[in-house]
Amino acid sequence: MSKNLHKKHLSAKASSRISNTVIYVILIAISLIWLFPLFGLILESFRVETTQQVSYLWPKKLGLDNYKYLFTKTDFLKWFGNTGFMGVATAVLQTIFVLTMSYVLSRLRFKGRKLLMNVMLVLGMFPGFLTLLLIYKVFVDFGLTMNRAPVGLIIVYCASSGMGYYISKGFFDTIPKSLDEAARVDGATRWQVFYKVIMPLSKPIVIYTVLMGFMAPWGDFMTASYLIHENSQGMNVAVGTFEWLSKTMVNSHYTMFCAAGVIVAVPVTAVFLMLQKYYVEGVTGGAVKG
Amino acid sequence: MKKLNDLEYLKLNKLQILWYKLQLFICAIPQWFLGLGKKIVNFFKSIGLGVKDEVVDIGTTFTKGNWAVKLSFLIFGFGNIFYGQIARGILFLLFEAVFIYYMAAPTGGLHWLGKANLLQTGKTVGDIQGEMVYNEIYDVDVWTPGDDSVKVLFYALLTILFIVAFVVTWRIQLKQCRINMNITAQGKKVKSGKQDLRSLLDDQFHKTLLALPVAGIMFFTVLPIIFMILIAFTSYDAAHDGYSNLFTWVGLDNFNALLNFKKGGLGLAFGEILSWTLMWAFFATFTNYFLGMFVAIMINKKGIRVKKLWRTILVMTIAVPQFVSLLYVAKLFDSTGIIGKLLLEWNLIPKSMLDAHQYSLWANPTSSKILLIVINIWVGIPYVMLQATGILMNIPQDLYESSRIDGANTFQQYTKITLPYMMFVMGPYLLTSFVNNLNNFNVIYLLTQNNQLLNLDIGMAGGVSVCETDLLITWLYKMTLNSAETKYNLASVVGIVVFLVVAILSLIVYNVMPSTRNEEDYR
Repeated sequence: MSKNLHKKHLSAKASSRISNTVIYVILIAISLIWLFPLFGLILESFRVETTQQVSYLWPKKLGLDNYKYLFTKTDFLKWFGNTGFMGVATAVLQTIFVLTMSYVLSRLRFKGRKLLMNVMLVLGMFPGFLTLLLIYKVFVDFGLTMNRAPVGLIIVYCASSGMGYYISKGFFDTIPKSLDEAARVDGATRWQVFYKVIMPLSKPIVIYTVLMGFMAPWGDFMTASYLIHENSQGMNVAVGTFEWLSKTMVNSHYTMFCAAGVIVAVPVTAVFLMLQKYYVEGVTGGAVKG
Repeated sequence: MKKLNDLEYLKLNKLQILWYKLQLFICAIPQWFLGLGKKIVNFFKSIGLGVKDEVVDIGTTFTKGNWAVKLSFLIFGFGNIFYGQIARGILFLLFEAVFIYYMAAPTGGLHWLGKANLLQTGKTVGDIQGEMVYNEIYDVDVWTPGDDSVKVLFYALLTILFIVAFVVTWRIQLKQCRINMNITAQGKKVKSGKQDLRSLLDDQFHKTLLALPVAGIMFFTVLPIIFMILIAFTSYDAAHDGYSNLFTWVGLDNFNALLNFKKGGLGLAFGEILSWTLMWAFFATFTNYFLGMFVAIMINKKGIRVKKLWRTILVMTIAVPQFVSLLYVAKLFDSTGIIGKLLLEWNLIPKSMLDAHQYSLWANPTSSKILLIVINIWVGIPYVMLQATGILMNIPQDLYESSRIDGANTFQQYTKITLPYMMFVMGPYLLTSFVNNLNNFNVIYLLTQNNQLLNLDIGMAGGVSVCETDLLITWLYKMTLNSAETKYNLASVVGIVVFLVVAILSLIVYNVMPSTRNEEDYR
């Protein structure tokens, strides 16, 4: 009897070892698939022998020519600066908009709260970029397109960002209400509750929102291309480099595109991985630790 | 249909249970629509009642109010000033003065409203057409600008919003005036300006915080959306851009264009694109969902080491800006790209495609659609994985323990515990990701823009040639930007229909899913 049990125990252990091995194999395969494009992009950016696309992975000659070309012969540095500027500004402004909106909806009860939430839900169902039909026309009058598009874009990114309150509201919802009530009983005004009680507890969600705001302009192609569609000083990296892969330019600019991609990806990825913990907490509502 | 009680229900075998549940579901549909209809009727009823209450209240305010109250029907803030709220009263008065000045000024509100001919079919938006006029000094024809329809419509819209704000403010100051009268009659003191300011950080704190975000939404979402809806009733396109050619109100013409199912017609294109959009959203959402969950379960399995490393590797793809990674991946699958070349060399591309001179997966409608969904898995799994990891950790472990004691194997545990739990919690997430996929511009546009595959059956719909892989959103984008034949009016119509599709889908899902109902439940 006990021998039998022992055997069963062993076999369970063995089967779990087998299944773990299978999982490791799958995970390694997944990792390779997921890393391959990033790895390929980096290799491509150091390729010197040709500027065209080639069908082998390892460059025959390595060098920094592509990067040199980027910084001396194109407006890339300008685009990079534009995007960085937009990233920082959007991070700050969007955080203010999103956090105030979600804080109010989560902690305060007032007349019209439900109505406000429903209206925002319905507004979110319109294809958002059609709002640009009007915004573009108005911005042309104010001179916020083309060369000065970065300012216009910041306004577009931030102005309606209050509608994206869902995740941070979810976070504020998890902070116990008794904290507010205790502070209120002690005579704190709502402003003091917000500033002295809730904000210090909200570091993760603040960082998450800042991170999201910072990342948005780097990946945005649609809105940016709407406000800047001629060659100009106001482009962001996506719109600027997109042209390089068009049929007429791809043969002379393919490796430059890869180099530009690397330069854009490195700082953004670095910031992101540094703050990864907060991103994960934001997305999962704080369930994942470590 | 007869409802079974618990005992009868338990007697049924599996097939009968399935049949019973199906019957229940079908029987519930009319009920559900009935409920929805009732809700809508109630909604309008409550609006009607609200308006009635307001009117009655205004009436009693007038009859019961003293002369100060009566005067503030005409002079904004008079009641406030009379009862000692000087600052408030002056603000109200200022608002009224600005409003009257704006409306009556030569190029003010009435001027624009008159020019716009709002919704009068057949009339132009703006009334002075710009034209070439002979100029004696330069001895050539010179462009003399007339009205700009876009501007006229925009200012008319602003004016209407201003009027609404005016009426609301009028009502607010009346209410305050009456309250002041009542307070004074009771012998108490009305609130001072200082107290007002202080309450903005306390009782009225929500107003302070909401001012900025709500104003932003008003001006950058609500206003443009109303504008877009109005555009759907005009002839605003490349030929009638409002500046060189005024555009006109055309009534429902643009909506009728949606019923044109001939080649080049909007209806045909819309149908085709919508069906692919829905298909795409469905596959993109569910492949990501199940595979992402699968990956999350593998990473979280007991005994798997370096969990953080696996997660970080996947998360890296979230960090790299999409235009970099997607454009690069698209090139990889080109016939000259590394993967595309390998596929050719290993004869993995079907012979039928080669015969049609389609040397890469991007060259064939079916294969490029499949490829899009596959690449989207690469894009989407990390997001789902993170979500699912969070939820997996929240599933009570004793559920698994007790099921193991009862003899359940891993697969049964997955289908009976993990999946239902995930479904329940991730329901809202599934809905939002479905809607996001309907509007997934980046993936489709960046992957296919350099390998355009024109859909010749549709023809030039909406002034642009439509690609096989175009979603509604990329189609709209091209319609309003990428061609010399911009059709803003048709784009607006399509935008409205997209809104209806999304709204109906969400309504159904919200009504069916249990986990979306009550936000206070989780407290």
